[in-house]
This record gives sequence, C-alpha cells and structure tokens, in this order.
Amino acid sequence: MKKKRIRFSHIYRGIVFLLMYLPVAVVIIFSFNESKLPVKWTGFSLQWYEKLFQNLAMMEALKNSLILGVLSVLISAVIGTFGAVGMAALKTRSKGVLEYISLLPLMIPEIILGMVLMAFFYMMNLPFGMLTLLIGHTVFCVPYILMEVKARLVGMDPSLVEAARDLGAGPFRAFYDITLPLVMPAVLSGSLLAFAMSMDDVVISIFVNGPRISTLPIKVYTQMKTGVTPEINALCTLMVAVSIIALVIYKVIHSFTGGKNGK
Amino acid sequence: MKQYKHLIKPYVIWAFFILVIPLILIALYAFTKEGNEVLTWSFTMGNFAKFLETTYLNVILKSFKLGIITTALCLLLGYPLAYFISRYSEKTQSLLIMLVTIPMWINLLLRTYAWMNILSDHGIINQFITYLGFDKISMMYTDFSVILGLVCNFMPFMIIPIHTSLSKMDKSLIEAAYDLGANRFQTFWRVTWKLSTPGVFNGIMMVFLMAISSFVIPKLLGGGQYTLIGNLIETQFISVGDWNFGSAISLILAVIIVISMGLMKRMDKLEKTEE
Repeated sequence: MKKKRIRFSHIYRGIVFLLMYLPVAVVIIFSFNESKLPVKWTGFSLQWYEKLFQNLAMMEALKNSLILGVLSVLISAVIGTFGAVGMAALKTRSKGVLEYISLLPLMIPEIILGMVLMAFFYMMNLPFGMLTLLIGHTVFCVPYILMEVKARLVGMDPSLVEAARDLGAGPFRAFYDITLPLVMPAVLSGSLLAFAMSMDDVVISIFVNGPRISTLPIKVYTQMKTGVTPEINALCTLMVAVSIIALVIYKVIHSFTGGKNGK
Repeated sequence: MKQYKHLIKPYVIWAFFILVIPLILIALYAFTKEGNEVLTWSFTMGNFAKFLETTYLNVILKSFKLGIITTALCLLLGYPLAYFISRYSEKTQSLLIMLVTIPMWINLLLRTYAWMNILSDHGIINQFITYLGFDKISMMYTDFSVILGLVCNFMPFMIIPIHTSLSKMDKSLIEAAYDLGANRFQTFWRVTWKLSTPGVFNGIMMVFLMAISSFVIPKLLGGGQYTLIGNLIETQFISVGDWNFGSAISLILAVIIVISMGLMKRMDKLEKTEE
C-alpha cells in the first residue's frame, strides 16, 4: 500500500517538474540545431552562437545591461546595507513603517512601479536614458540587498559592537571592523540576487529606458514579439547558463554563512 | 547598536524620493483631469467612472477570470507536489525545493518564450500532430496558451509557501488522528489541510496578484490584441498617453494589493500564535 503511493508521487513529481523544465530544455537543445526552424533536428552546429556574437546591436545591449547591472548593484548595496543596519538600530514605531515600505517594491507589480517612475521622471524633467534606468533598477535592487542583510543581522550578537565601543572604537571603526565584516556575506549574496534581477528586468526598463538606449532583455523582448529565431535560442541558453552559475555562487555563499552561524 | 541609527538616512531619502513621492503623484493623477506634462489640480472622479464602460469592465473581468483559473490550477497541481515533497527526508526536501526554485532564477522572458517554441503553429506539438496525420491545432494566442504560461511560471510561488507550512507541521498529529480512528480522508482534511491553510492562503494571494498584474506573458503568449489589466496600464501610458486613466487603474490594483498584504500579515500572525 505504502509503496504504491510513493510510486504515484514519483510520477506526479516528474510531471510537474517536466512542465517547469521541458520548455527551457527545448530551447537549449534547439540552440545547437543546424536548421533555422525549431522543429526538426538536422545536426549539431554552433552557427547561431556565432551569428549572435556578430550581432552588433545585441552586443551593445549586452554592454548596456552589464554597466547598468554593476552600477545599480553598487549604489543599492550601499543604500541597502546602511539601511538594514540602521533599521536594526531603530526601536521605535518608525521601524514598523519603514519595514512595511521596504517590502512595497517587492509586492507592488512591476508594471505599476514602472509607470509610477516614468511619470515621476517625466515631471522631474530627467532625460530618459542610462540615468533613469539606473534609478529605476535600484527600486528592486535595494529591497533584495536590504532583506538579505536584515536576515543576517537578526542572528548577530549586538554585544560585539558594544564591546568594540567600550574598548574605545569610534562608531565608524566599530562599523568598519565589526559589523561590516559580519554582514559581508549577506551583502554579497544580496548583491548577486539584485544583479541577476537587474540583468533580467524587462517591465521597469520598458517604461524608463530612453529612445536610444536598449538593455539586453528589452532587445530580446522586442525580437520575441516577432517570433521564434534560433539566435534567440542561443542567447537564452547563455542566459540560463549565467543564471545557474549565479544561483550556485549564491548557494555557496549561503552555505558558507550558514556554517558560520553553527546551524 | 544605537549609534547606527543615522545610517538609515540614505535609505529613507531614497525611499522617499523613489517610492513615496512617485506613488503620491500617481494617486494625484488618478483624481485629476487630463494633462500629462503637469498636474492640473482640477479634480475629477471621471477616471474611475471610465471603468464602467464595457470595454474596460471586460478587461478587468477577463483578468480576474484568468487570475482565478491560474490560481486554481496552481493550487491543484502545486499542493500535491508540496505535500509529497514534505514527506521526504530533510536532505531530499531541500534538494527538491531547490529544483522548484531554479526556474525562478531563469529569466521570465525566456521561460515564456520557451512555450512559444512548443506551442506555435510550426512548433513541436503541431509538428508531431501533423506527422501523425492530423490537422494542426493553433494553440498560440489563445486563453489556453496564456493560462499555461501563467501556471508554469507562477507554480513555484504556490509550492514554496505550502511546503513551508507543511514541513513545519508536527507529524505526530497525523499519527494521533489515525490512533483516534480517523480514516485517511478525515486525517487529511481535519489535520493536514487545516494546518497548511496559512501557506495555501499565502500561495493563493501571491499567484493571484502576479497573474492579474502580469504583462509580459499575456503579451507574448496572447499576442498583441490580448489585453489584461497590466497591458491596459501599459497602453494607457505608452501608446494612448492617458496617464490619468492609467493611474486610476494602477491605483485600484495597488489598493487590492495593499489590502491583501495586510491579510497575509494577519495570516502569518495567526500561524505564529497557533504555534
């Protein structure tokens, strides 16, 4: 009786995972296909990857995405880390309000965030381009870093900072020598998560990008609307590879910090 | 750690300028008459009255219909999976949960696009069907393709909260129920299901909210004519240029979300007090 149920659960699990993974697997397989049509396997080839790297507009978009990702993560890491440390020090009612606000960007649909920012930038007369994209991306980068650092601070012993202060360290020294090294793994994993999100973002970017600038996801999105091409399959395969690598690094950082906490 | 209080300042300034002011701005737009360049300060309820026009009412009804179907399917498919996962050893559980989360790391565009490969008229399924000698079925740009895309993309958000609830459950309660003479159905309904309701509730909320506000998936899998609330907001802002109406739609959506967020928080609290 029991054996039978487990076997059913295996099959069930397989079907649900198949639904989640099969489409991506198909994309990966056909990115190596020789034929232009994504239906018949005609032979192994790397020509779509070659075409992809020769596509100048695509490479330009990739460059923009990388610059944007790095810059927005750097700015967000500073704001988010300081924010989380500061929030932990607050004990008043304002902490609750701030915590609620900090969750807002993750709960409000991206489409609303995007249009809200678009209207705001328009009113402020900011030229749409790299700057607006940068500000736009901090909207979701900051919360991810803040959350990770906050979670790390919960497990931290506050007496460490007090001890440093008692031993004569100024607030800056105490932060730099005690708090920062302790939260660093969380800053790193949060930044990684934020970078991955920045590299993937379409919705907010569509609203705040200028007419001349394009990020990789926007480029991909506009091409997808016109249909399936093997070049996009190749690009998607590379993006999956990058995501998986990012995920592995994230997990490694987490297991490292988990071990340190003695979990 | 009191001396760190001031460190929050950059965050507060950022949140104020990037979140609070723009959100207030949208609320103002929603209640004022047309004029995108500057706020007109002439107030009206006309943007909300516009909703009652059948075209827009239909969009909202359609979004809710699709949202409900998607959520129901995610629950039907996701609950058993979360349940099966929670019965394994802890090590296997974390491995399986990781398998559930990996798709969340893969670009949303890509996961959606992947279905286009499979469903399109020249896609794999149709190729197979014609090979067998049947007529092609056009599956792209229908409710079916959109729902399939939504369900497959949002499934992890249903599985994870349910699994969290189930894995926290004290397994001895199930044994106790059996010992007291409950059958399998009764045990499931009275113990397992009841204890997992906070997770189920969170999952339903998350999937439903993401489904009704989704924008990329209906656009790619539903085609240019397919309009849900998210697409309506986009057209109002980018193509039509009626920011006031677009803001009104967003405001309604935002209110729904804030209320659900409050409900979710209460659910969390309930769960904690029960423990």
